[in-house]
Amino acid sequence: MVFFHNNIARDLLPFVIRIHSFTTMTHYSRRGFVKIAAAGTGGLLFMSSCTSKPSRWLFFTGEEATLAESIIACLIPADDFPGAKEAGVINFIDRQLVSYHRRFQKIYRTGLAKIQESCVQQWGELFNNLPDEKKIVFLKSLEKGTVPGEIWKDLASSDFFSLILDHTMQGFYGSPRHGGNKDYISYRMLGLDYPFIIGRHKYEKD
Amino acid sequence: MTNKRINAVIIGAGAGGGIVAKELASSGLSVILFERGRWHNFSEYNNDELLSQRTNALTCPFGPDNEKYRRVAPDGKGGWKVVVPNDWTYGNNAGCVGGGTLSYGAMAWRYMPEDFTMKTTYGHVEGSTLEDWPLSYKDLEAFYEKAEYEIGVSGNHSLNPFAAPRQKPYPMPPFSYNHEGHMLEPAATRLGLHPFPIPMLRNSVYYHDRSPCIHMRSCVGYACPVNAKAGTQNTVIPEALKTGNCQLLIDCKVSEIILDEKGRAQGVRYFDSQDKEKSQLADLIILCAGASETARLLLNSKSHLFPNGAANNSGWVGHNLQDHAYCGAIGLFNEEVYDDAGPGACIAINDFNHHNPGITGGGLLANEFIRQPYLFSGLRPPGHARWGKEHKDFQRTYFKKHISVVGPIQEMPVFTNQVIIDPSVKDYWGIPVLRISGDRHVKDFEGCEFLASKAEMWLRETGAHTVWKIMPGKSTSAAQHQAGTCRMGNDPKTSVTNSFGQTHEIDNLFIADGSLHVTNGGFNPVLTIMALAYRVSHYIIKEWNGTRFK
Repeated sequence: MVFFHNNIARDLLPFVIRIHSFTTMTHYSRRGFVKIAAAGTGGLLFMSSCTSKPSRWLFFTGEEATLAESIIACLIPADDFPGAKEAGVINFIDRQLVSYHRRFQKIYRTGLAKIQESCVQQWGELFNNLPDEKKIVFLKSLEKGTVPGEIWKDLASSDFFSLILDHTMQGFYGSPRHGGNKDYISYRMLGLDYPFIIGRHKYEKD
Repeated sequence: MTNKRINAVIIGAGAGGGIVAKELASSGLSVILFERGRWHNFSEYNNDELLSQRTNALTCPFGPDNEKYRRVAPDGKGGWKVVVPNDWTYGNNAGCVGGGTLSYGAMAWRYMPEDFTMKTTYGHVEGSTLEDWPLSYKDLEAFYEKAEYEIGVSGNHSLNPFAAPRQKPYPMPPFSYNHEGHMLEPAATRLGLHPFPIPMLRNSVYYHDRSPCIHMRSCVGYACPVNAKAGTQNTVIPEALKTGNCQLLIDCKVSEIILDEKGRAQGVRYFDSQDKEKSQLADLIILCAGASETARLLLNSKSHLFPNGAANNSGWVGHNLQDHAYCGAIGLFNEEVYDDAGPGACIAINDFNHHNPGITGGGLLANEFIRQPYLFSGLRPPGHARWGKEHKDFQRTYFKKHISVVGPIQEMPVFTNQVIIDPSVKDYWGIPVLRISGDRHVKDFEGCEFLASKAEMWLRETGAHTVWKIMPGKSTSAAQHQAGTCRMGNDPKTSVTNSFGQTHEIDNLFIADGSLHVTNGGFNPVLTIMALAYRVSHYIIKEWNGTRFK
């Protein structure tokens, strides 16, 4: 399976390049770009807090990861087939938040905190401690933008919901090499061949 | 630093630029082809849906990158926001050798004669700058044929009674239908429609030393692993390089056209792959950067003779931005319709491209390219849950039991649908960026409603148990079919170039990309861009031999 080893090696490459490109970018400090880069990419300033214990997460704190995982488990639940939690979607999101999706770091940090704040205000419990029915009710209000109170005044809850929903779909249905879709779970669910075989139609069709 | 002066600088190695480079270099001109991106191939991303041009989910795999490029777009609340290339509102096509033709779906449509005479055919449209082209289908016909033979098209025109007149058949036989095609064909015939295999810039047999198609499901949005899909990167660009007269500069970003005291173009300034600022002098400049970036270059190149940007004393550069208003319908079936034979799109009708009662123009209808799992997760009937158990059930049940029939409505050009230079935002190199804005014309929605209802009818006749329409958004987009920002015309007051792509105001400055399109047809535009590039090249070579530009 040389095929996959290559993919993994290639996949690690962007991290190195990216760190380098940010250094040069700041170094150049061309007119107006630094300001815009910050506006466009959001992140960088929001690195995970430093702790002495090595974390398994690249971006999330342990509490954030627990919360995010319980949200995505509702978005694509397990039934007779595994769901987003079992497919490792949380790994996908965590990994992308320090890579391609770095510009969404701020909205995740803020949004996740607001979810806990809202749930404590409404039910006196953190989201991840709520029973499943209440989780669904809450997520529906998040999606519709009808969470009571002032918590979501400066960040539309529906925007944050759509973002985490989109990233969950990416993690569940995208290529496993980005950290989600563990063991090609979703491809198996849909009856697609895995791994992808190039050129099989030459044999099946002709 | 200034390089040695050459004959022609071509900016953008996409559909237009690749062809111009090959044509000029083959005629003995010394040419530099500038490309801001680089070479790509299939093995880089293989079948990764999140790194395909179809979704651009993580980033734009074929460029430009999210780190260095910016644009400004409406924020939906009456203000503006800075966007990056993989935001939909950025309006990205691609930035790489081959441009959009590396990863496109490769439909190879000729426009119909009416597409060049929209105003004559339909009359003035209120709120639109609808106009005839300064050339007719007949003027372009030989160049369409040249594009079909040099780049390579598979098809069979004889099954399409609405096909524009042609002298020769396609160079390769058509593709056969996949399972969907076999279902849709008899239904269309029962409805009195005229279905036929979609002409494709993709090999159905060995052609020009490239292999035939192996029917990947990851086709549109991806580079082809066997080069069966023809783009300029595996056809004319290698040919241009073989002449020895063409140099391809990758990862080089042109920032400005250098204008002299007499108002002619002298060359270009650019940032090389090390981000060093350089200049390249040339007798001729040909812009092929696509409708948004070509306009940006002109608008960013000012002198006392051109205070509003090069060749823009008319004030028309950047206006009349068009794309396509995509619409259609989705049908759900009881039985499996999916046979995993890529690219999916295979059958079309041209019955509704023109002469539809009460509609200005129209568009083709075709079955859609295969939607991979992530893209399919966003496709749901109106009111259906986007997540939870309902999401999963739908995904599982209908991934292999749905057919989409869609088509591009030819948009009405609107002057205020535009790209302009944002007053403050700059990219990584300090080059001012584009601000995109505008709303589609009301006629576009009438056209979409009409065409979508026909798609709905076709799917019902095919046996779908549930059908719903899909309609485009309100805002102008500038994505893969971007066009119209430097329209051709006979009147220098209301157009940017003449019918040969030569700017009215600067005689050694040419354009050969979708910017030239006066209207964008009810078809995917790439073959027309290619044909125009051949025509512009033909004119340049003819004039060059008279040494007019030296």
